[in-house]
Amino acid sequence: MSNLDLTSLEQNAIRAVRSRQADGDSMQFWRSLEEAAAAPEFEKYLHREFPSQLAVWEDPVGRRSFLKLMAASLAFAGVTGCTRSPEEKIVPYVRSPEELVPGEPQFYATAMPRAGYGYGVLAESHMGRPTKIEGNPEHPITRGGSDAFMQASILALYDPDRSQTILHRGAIETWDVFVRAMTEEMERLRKNQGHGLRILTGTVTSPTLAAQLTDLLQALPQARWHTFESTVPESVAAGARLAFGRPVDTVLRFDQAKVVVSLDGDFLSGLAGSLKYAREFIAGRRAVSDSSAMNRLYVAECTPTITGAMADHRVAVPPSQIALLAKHILRQITPESSVAVDRELTGQPGPWLTAVIQDLREHRGASIVTTGAGQSAEVHALVHAINQSLGNVGHTVTYIDPVAVSPPQPGSGLHELVTEINVGDVQTLIILGGNPVYNAPGELNFEKLLSKVSLRLHLSDFQDETSFLCDWHIPAQHYLESWSDIRAADGTVSLVQPLIAPLYGGKSPHEILSVLAGQPTRVAHEIVHSYWQKQLSGTDFSRRWRQALHDGVIPQTAAKPVEVPFKLDLSNLVDATKKSLASDQALEIEFRPDPTVWDGEYSNNGWLQELPKPLTKITWDNVAAISPKTAERLHLSSGDLLEVTVAGRSLQTPVWIMPGQADNCVSLTFGYGRTKSGQLGTGRGSNAYSILPAGKHWFSTGTVRKLPGHHVLATTQNHHSMEGRDIVRVTTLTDVQNPPEHPAHATSHTASPQSMYAGFKYEGNAWGMVIDQTACIGCNACVVACQSENNIPVVGPEQVAVGREMHWLRIDRYYHGELDAPEVYFQPMMCVHCEEAPCEVVCPVAATVHDSEGTSNMIYNRCVGTRYCSNNCPYKVRRFNFLQFSDQTTPSLKLLRNPDVTVRSRGVMEKCSYCIQRISHARIDAKIEHLPLVPEGAVVTACQQACPTRAITFGNLANKDSEVRKLKESPLNYGVLEELKTLPRTTYLARVVNPHPNLPVPGAVPPHAPMPARPATGGKAES
Amino acid sequence: MSGSTSTPPHVYGLLAQFDQPETLRAAASQAYAQGYRRMEAYSPFPIKDMVSVMGHPRSRLPILTLVGGVLGGVTGYVMQYYACVISYPLNVGGRPLNSWPAFIPIIFELTILGAALFTVFGMLGLSGLPMPYHALFNVPEFKRASRDQFFLCIQAADRSFDLLQTREFLNASHALAVYEVPR
Amino acid sequence: MIPDDVNGGRNANLGRAVVEPEETLRVLEPGQTYASVTDKISAIALAHQHPRSWLIGFITSSTLLMVFCYATAYVLIMGIGVWGNNVPVAWAFDIINFVWWIGIGHAGTLISAVLLLFRQEWRTSINRFAEAMTLFAVACAGLYPILHLGRPWVFYWLMPYPNTFGLWPQFRSPLIWDVFAVSTYATVSFLFWYVGLIPDFAVLRDRSKRPFSQIVYGILAMGWRGSAIHWQRYETAYLLLAGLATPLVVSVHTIVGFDFAVSIVPGWHQTLLPPYFVAGAIFSGFAMVMTLAIPLRSMYGLEDFITLHHLDNMAKVMLATGLMVGYGYLMEVFCAWYSGNQFEWYVTVNRAFGPYALCYWALIACNIFIPQLMCFRSVRHCVPALFVISLIVNIGMWLERFVIIVISLHRDYLPSAWEMYYPSVWDFAQFFGSIGLFFALLFLFVRFIPVISIFELRELVHETEGGHKP
Repeated sequence: MSNLDLTSLEQNAIRAVRSRQADGDSMQFWRSLEEAAAAPEFEKYLHREFPSQLAVWEDPVGRRSFLKLMAASLAFAGVTGCTRSPEEKIVPYVRSPEELVPGEPQFYATAMPRAGYGYGVLAESHMGRPTKIEGNPEHPITRGGSDAFMQASILALYDPDRSQTILHRGAIETWDVFVRAMTEEMERLRKNQGHGLRILTGTVTSPTLAAQLTDLLQALPQARWHTFESTVPESVAAGARLAFGRPVDTVLRFDQAKVVVSLDGDFLSGLAGSLKYAREFIAGRRAVSDSSAMNRLYVAECTPTITGAMADHRVAVPPSQIALLAKHILRQITPESSVAVDRELTGQPGPWLTAVIQDLREHRGASIVTTGAGQSAEVHALVHAINQSLGNVGHTVTYIDPVAVSPPQPGSGLHELVTEINVGDVQTLIILGGNPVYNAPGELNFEKLLSKVSLRLHLSDFQDETSFLCDWHIPAQHYLESWSDIRAADGTVSLVQPLIAPLYGGKSPHEILSVLAGQPTRVAHEIVHSYWQKQLSGTDFSRRWRQALHDGVIPQTAAKPVEVPFKLDLSNLVDATKKSLASDQALEIEFRPDPTVWDGEYSNNGWLQELPKPLTKITWDNVAAISPKTAERLHLSSGDLLEVTVAGRSLQTPVWIMPGQADNCVSLTFGYGRTKSGQLGTGRGSNAYSILPAGKHWFSTGTVRKLPGHHVLATTQNHHSMEGRDIVRVTTLTDVQNPPEHPAHATSHTASPQSMYAGFKYEGNAWGMVIDQTACIGCNACVVACQSENNIPVVGPEQVAVGREMHWLRIDRYYHGELDAPEVYFQPMMCVHCEEAPCEVVCPVAATVHDSEGTSNMIYNRCVGTRYCSNNCPYKVRRFNFLQFSDQTTPSLKLLRNPDVTVRSRGVMEKCSYCIQRISHARIDAKIEHLPLVPEGAVVTACQQACPTRAITFGNLANKDSEVRKLKESPLNYGVLEELKTLPRTTYLARVVNPHPNLPVPGAVPPHAPMPARPATGGKAES
Repeated sequence: MSGSTSTPPHVYGLLAQFDQPETLRAAASQAYAQGYRRMEAYSPFPIKDMVSVMGHPRSRLPILTLVGGVLGGVTGYVMQYYACVISYPLNVGGRPLNSWPAFIPIIFELTILGAALFTVFGMLGLSGLPMPYHALFNVPEFKRASRDQFFLCIQAADRSFDLLQTREFLNASHALAVYEVPR
Repeated sequence: MIPDDVNGGRNANLGRAVVEPEETLRVLEPGQTYASVTDKISAIALAHQHPRSWLIGFITSSTLLMVFCYATAYVLIMGIGVWGNNVPVAWAFDIINFVWWIGIGHAGTLISAVLLLFRQEWRTSINRFAEAMTLFAVACAGLYPILHLGRPWVFYWLMPYPNTFGLWPQFRSPLIWDVFAVSTYATVSFLFWYVGLIPDFAVLRDRSKRPFSQIVYGILAMGWRGSAIHWQRYETAYLLLAGLATPLVVSVHTIVGFDFAVSIVPGWHQTLLPPYFVAGAIFSGFAMVMTLAIPLRSMYGLEDFITLHHLDNMAKVMLATGLMVGYGYLMEVFCAWYSGNQFEWYVTVNRAFGPYALCYWALIACNIFIPQLMCFRSVRHCVPALFVISLIVNIGMWLERFVIIVISLHRDYLPSAWEMYYPSVWDFAQFFGSIGLFFALLFLFVRFIPVISIFELRELVHETEGGHKP
């Protein structure tokens, strides 16, 4: 239905395209690609009897299932009574009123754990129920920003599919029975010093939990603790050990770097420190402030990531080539280095590499070379070596002691556990969190082995694949329900405090461990509290405890940099990843976490499932990404079913033709193919873990085979070229520093000043927004933030496929340039609040009108749903409730709603409101204080607040010295489609790139679409 | 006059039947010359000059139409102005409150509507329609007035009406038949 | 029926002026008398027995009507999401059908009013059911603006009335103009039709044998006696109504054209639209009259009244309006190019060569090329050919609205928002269902109401023959 563009890419289409490419008309390419593809697809669809609608009209089941999907599935009993506050004393963040003021939200600082690391958050609570997550400004990683996972974590709390009861072999049991059973088991184990007891956890950074584990292991010398983190392969730690002989964590400081080289390292997303890195990277990139300070980013990667999209120069390189690249770089910057370069580089990296090396040489001490989790230990070691020899260490690169606590004895990963199970050493296995049955590398065959263990216990928030294979399943607490502590990527400790009592009586790992330790009565609060009583020894503990809870961080807990001598002898560094492709059917298979559902942890989260993947814009599914060339060679079209085989194990997945993908490489993402998730997550996509080799890195070689059949992918954007319209304007740093006669980014349309209308005078506040396209990394945080703040429903894949997604804020992604190495632009697009709004004039019932402060508002209860406004909106940012999309029945989801925003019903139009509820809140405050204008910073929109890179600026244009007003004076400022004279209140700053002088300038302003020759107006567009 | 006194009260008038519009017109004009005033001609389709022959005045219908049109148009503009400027002024897409160019279509439509309604109901009203009962329907042959026959009815109420003389007069004017119309 | 025209050959010449001299086309075949025409036409309405063709037709259309009811119920229960509409294509079949029906609804009033003013006597035989067709088409059209709403149950918010919101409709919106235009058009068309019927109801009243129908027709006739003074007022009123209806017809489709012309959607935003919508409306209207007249005359043996002469004239009107529409298409392309506006130009190219190119070229074939056959007299005089062509034109005009609405919307300003549109079965169900509604009403009309204006025929007889001879 959707994807008439790349997905229906037929072979002849590409060939047609190639020939046009030869004529050097890169714009032409995209259009013809789509058109060549469209016609057959059109007929195919008609023959398929309107598949998009099948779900709705044909089978009642399908209809019901989509009704369920609408927000997040059926009601479960016993949630309504769960809003009582926990007994323990927790401390409000911003204001602590005498008693709760109805309607006044309270904010509490806590921390969200993800992959073991902590992200400081502020949780907004309305009358005792958390409704919104924001970043904690006090927290060194988030600093008030957030990512999609943080924003969506609130939905996970209220997910009706969460596990709600303790299960013993599938039968409901009580906590007491469980405690009794475990106590007996532990007595047995104590007799033989815990022989046969194994504890499997994810990455543990919680000091309290670490202490508990250590105590337990001391009490039971024979017991073992293993860790397994499904998205952090051991290569990272191994690389450090290889380089320094000891494990260290690397902390990068992008704000100090002038040149950044990423070798397959997606540092803008996916790392524990990514939020900080993104913030600092962009801070070093804003041309508006001090243009000389702008950094330059080189990226070599296999499949495009948002980091690659931000690159000034990107090359597509197969993962196995990265090691080679690293060696070449090292060799060139330190000729004396003993590193053996066993192969010559082939193809495109040539000029790129020269530029990289030149820049690195010129910026010793002010550059960063980084790599990604998926790369081999050797590559990590090489990167350490490069940073060492560039003298970056201590400036842009620092090393700290590992934040994660590793088990006392060496060799305590999943592999070792598996071997121990194999030899039958394991009788009791306690799995605290995680879902190894699903996401252990397929090669380990963990699922089969688990049955060899006699007593299996699993603590998790869903009854997932692992739970079903365990004797005991204990529902885990959501972090908003639990007491704990956790460390951030830089070591800073945050206290985790609950905002609400466990909805389903979940338990925290602390409590499980204290049961094992024979103290079943201790609750998490007591455990954490007493631990810190020891740590923060001193007279005023209670004050420091209060302070820590209040701030969300414990001061002076960040890890200190450590001096680590470089130990590795590079001469005998073997390239473990060096491979040569056997046949031409053999391809390199690359694995990486999914940008929205991660490792499957979020597969039942409707917001994240429906969140378009940043590059492909696919929702609800995962694909095998291949390059256009490879697609040509293998005669594949997007949506074709493909069988990918790695070492005898294979999976079936639809193909996606990915511009900018390295040739002969297939990129798969984790997180799909869940067999035991909730109603939203189960049975979508395919499980890449099942064919993941047990090696220490995330790529391998395999073969592919085209299967019959076509899979319709639900994408939110089907057309990828700007058609030569200057929608995203791009300019170079040099043009910004000394602007030419006619700067490319300057408006190409002289929007005539005179208007037929006198125009309205806006006394008082006048709201406006500026979006900096240089700063937008396309991370999607704002999209989910908007969804959470404004009660935006989830519609499900069928509806997305027909083009009915409801996101008020979408991130448009445009390609420009060559098919094989296009530039990628992100453009956040939401209602731009035109002063002369076309939508309002055509509404027959005045359901959308301007207010006195210049925002264009929707009056839901007046809307009759003619949809004329949507037709007349040139930005197409209006969303229509074609069906009853928002779930108004599921009790737990009622708790989720933002009480300040109407929950829309069927048949009404909706759109971005500039978070009008926040505006009026601030307006009221200003009135109370008798201020003429709402002061700067009093209104922060949800998207602005979420943005980790501060790309979005919102404020009061009436306020002389407001930042938004300053930005609107910037020469880079322009309005999208301003020639239509809609006078948008939201404008954009042209994207600034900083290319290397010797390399082609990426994305100069796209040429206009070819117009019929006519001297009078030329390509000028007036409307 | 004697004639009128000799008229029995139950008689509405005399009805003469013709088979050609021309004969009807001729008869009517003779009757008018004779001094008959309260008479009416009935035909299956309109006949030219019939009205003037019997000395009826011109119709005032067009004036009604004009009034209706003007009323409609004024209502149209007043309503829109009141709604947009006085009753509930709103900033709609930055357009002026009194966006008169946008009001024109509705003004036009209401003008037409007003004129049309006044015309139709004016026409019916002036003709005293609907009128479920009329004395003429008592004459069975009168049914043919809607088929192929032409009738002239001189009413008893006419000053110079006389049952006998008038019947003679009508017979003289080539009537196929003359009927007495009971009340 | 304009007094001057009643007798004398002057306007008979006018009538014949339409006809090529060597042609022997008549507006009324010879041998008719006042009585014969009256009996013949009124018999249809008063008959007990009806041709099997009527029964079949009525049953078929009622079945389709049931489909319409079911589909509509489903839409009301589930929401319009069961259609294929999406963002950006927020309007599709709903508005296409609305415009299509409204267009069809134009020929009736036009034939009655404009041809009356131009004193084209050949209108007499076709104006009655042309007007009826107008009413029923407008009835179908009127449903869509209500059904297409996201919340149809509050459709009355589009009417200006004092309410608890203290709110009024937004009079700058072309949709409100539509509300007024369509309702006015419906009202005036009905009045026009009914006024025309009054004398014929009198006929039925007088000729009916059954007391019940005597009473019903008696009430409808409102005591009409055909008195000279009534005839005079009647004719004045009829003439005035015609004078009012003519600008109304033009205004209605102009305003429908505004729905698009006033917006800023590329492909819609053209001053060209209103006039060429009007031309298109007349085009499709005449096509539909033809589609109905041809079976009707054979079904009831009305060849004497709806003669080749009528068909020939209608064919000529279609030819003319068809060419106007063709000119509209050309100007559309030219304006897009001449404006130098890249958005307009893209839409134009996308129509002809985009994913929906098939529809565009089908439209060109149906509306421009095929109707040209009617240039040949032989075709104009070949009844089956005319029937087929009129059907094709009806299809073509529907496609035109599809091209204008869907193809313009599915790719407008920001390529990121571009989407394809595919109709669902419910779209089709409601479309064909509404056709059922239309024909069901039409068959009832044929059954109970004189399909041809009897008294005007009698006038015609009076002009052409003596009246009673032979």
